[in-house]
Amino acid sequence: MSEQKKLIQLKAGEVARVISVVGGMQFQRKLESLGIRVGTKLTNVSSHFWRGPVTVRVNQSSVAIGHGMASKIVVEIE
Amino acid sequence: MKKIVLMGNPNVGKSAIFSRLTGAKVIISNYAGTTVEYTKGYLKTHELKYEIIDVPGTYAIDGSAKSDEVARKMLEGSDLIINVVDATNLERNLYLTIELLEKDVPMIIALNMWDDTKHKGVDIDVKKLEEKLGIPVVCTCGLTAEGIKELVDRLKEAKTAHSKHKNSDDIWKTIGDIVTETQRLSHRHHTLIDRLEDLTIKPATGLPVAAGVIVMSFWIVRFIGEGLINYVLNPIFENFYKPLIMHLSNLLGSESFIHQVVIGSLFEGEIDFGLSFGLLTTGLYVPLVQVLPYILSFYFILGLLEDLGYLPRLGVLVDNLMHRVGLHGYSVISMILGLGCNVPGALSMRILETRRERFIAATLMAIAVPCMAQIAVIIGLVGQRGGMALSIVFLTLFLIWVILGLILNKVLKGNSPEILIEVPPYRFPQLKSLAKKVWMRTQGFLKEALPYVLLGVLVVNILYFLGIVDYLANVFTPVICKLWGLPKETIGALLIGFLRKDVAVGMLGPLNLSDKQLIISSVILAIYFPCVATFMVLVKELGLKDMAKSALIMVLVALLVGGLLNIIL
Repeated sequence: MSEQKKLIQLKAGEVARVISVVGGMQFQRKLESLGIRVGTKLTNVSSHFWRGPVTVRVNQSSVAIGHGMASKIVVEIE
Repeated sequence: MKKIVLMGNPNVGKSAIFSRLTGAKVIISNYAGTTVEYTKGYLKTHELKYEIIDVPGTYAIDGSAKSDEVARKMLEGSDLIINVVDATNLERNLYLTIELLEKDVPMIIALNMWDDTKHKGVDIDVKKLEEKLGIPVVCTCGLTAEGIKELVDRLKEAKTAHSKHKNSDDIWKTIGDIVTETQRLSHRHHTLIDRLEDLTIKPATGLPVAAGVIVMSFWIVRFIGEGLINYVLNPIFENFYKPLIMHLSNLLGSESFIHQVVIGSLFEGEIDFGLSFGLLTTGLYVPLVQVLPYILSFYFILGLLEDLGYLPRLGVLVDNLMHRVGLHGYSVISMILGLGCNVPGALSMRILETRRERFIAATLMAIAVPCMAQIAVIIGLVGQRGGMALSIVFLTLFLIWVILGLILNKVLKGNSPEILIEVPPYRFPQLKSLAKKVWMRTQGFLKEALPYVLLGVLVVNILYFLGIVDYLANVFTPVICKLWGLPKETIGALLIGFLRKDVAVGMLGPLNLSDKQLIISSVILAIYFPCVATFMVLVKELGLKDMAKSALIMVLVALLVGGLLNIIL
């Protein structure tokens, strides 16, 4: 069975698929332009303490996402 | 003449291709946002002459973001698009490609970073891709110039593809189809570089590495800088140049005004390059002997870190700390550029999204980030009084940066947006392009700084001659003497500081200041106002109103900090 989590709850090395992005069009477009949209598979590289950013690997690139933004991305662990 | 625009996502190597096509000299680095201004260049083929414009990177052109809007504007009136695509990141790059195709401007694709695809396990069927997109695709590598000739030869084949899509979902669907048919990804094992990429971004390992990198960088900059000064440039000036100038001094006669301007004061009948303050003595000594070595070594280290792709990682690592001062991690890059020279630092702030962020970043940089020219003279002058004095100067500036940042973040309305950036892969810096970049920046320094330094020295002499310095010294006595505890002659340095900070700090040399006075005046010179070059750029970037606010903060901080230091030290 799969479980749903926020992106910030993902542990380093875990692979997940984006289920939904909670936020306005502009936010979604911004993520999209970096290759992150519903259905995208991503791997968590690291999360930072103290509300720091989350870094994920998407396809061939790495993207750093601020803590607040990352908490609006819902993922499902594969 | 046909107009070509070079467009593509950030950090796909547009500028590298631009410089290959036009021979124009542009700064190329391994992170998004290196190009913030449009650069124009020209390309001549057999019979045609093209104007080529290097457009700052953008992920899309139909969105509401500011970068989209600017990119759309650039497209108007262009005859041809070269869409630079990162071959190792095909899917994401194609979004912009499809949007561009809809503009019905003839287009050709430069599939760049082609050399990286093999070891990244990316296999692209280029013929098929051309077929699917309906426009020519040329594999290129901007750094080695591979494929550039073919790109030029095939410019005339550029065409439109009449693609139409309803919305972004529709575009992504098309991209999905194209990618499945043209790209094969083979699984590959994690390489050492991958592991380094991960280790330097995870806080547990990344923060100690970052501390190490910063300490090492300063150490190397100082090592190379001092080495060049003590073993190369100083001996040359002392042994070869000084006899010449002494001869000239004798010819002019030490009492004349011309002698005062050209040679300056003599100390026991001798020229002192640091203290004489003539055009041909201190005017050349400060930029060429005291500052140039530090500029060279700083830009060498900066270039290495830039080309490697380290700076964005540093940005991610300090992101949570930068949030306390109302900025996000990426602005650390602006601050580091500012350490070289505040002007490129200010320009790089264009990639910050909000006015609030730009205001905070610009104010903090202008106040508490001294440029390398200024740092070099401070090290030369304050360093003579020992490491303690030097540490107090830089620690004070750092504390101002932090405290003022915390205050601005509290006082200013609104929030600053969060970080959302692509972290580039590590790439091995290429010695040749690194050398070119260091040379370009050093040349920039010589061209911009040398005239200003000389002008500064000239103005000093004229102001003294006309008695203006003495007049202002008396007017500002309450602030300078009472509040800051400095001799009133410091006014000369403060005046020249508007023009050039390195000369200004150098002017403190002949004043016989105590350790405490030297520390206070060095700090004040750093914070009280930006030099004219930085000021002009900041007015342009922030607008007159915000710059006026920022300048007011600078003056207030200078008054306050100078007063506090006078009490504490």
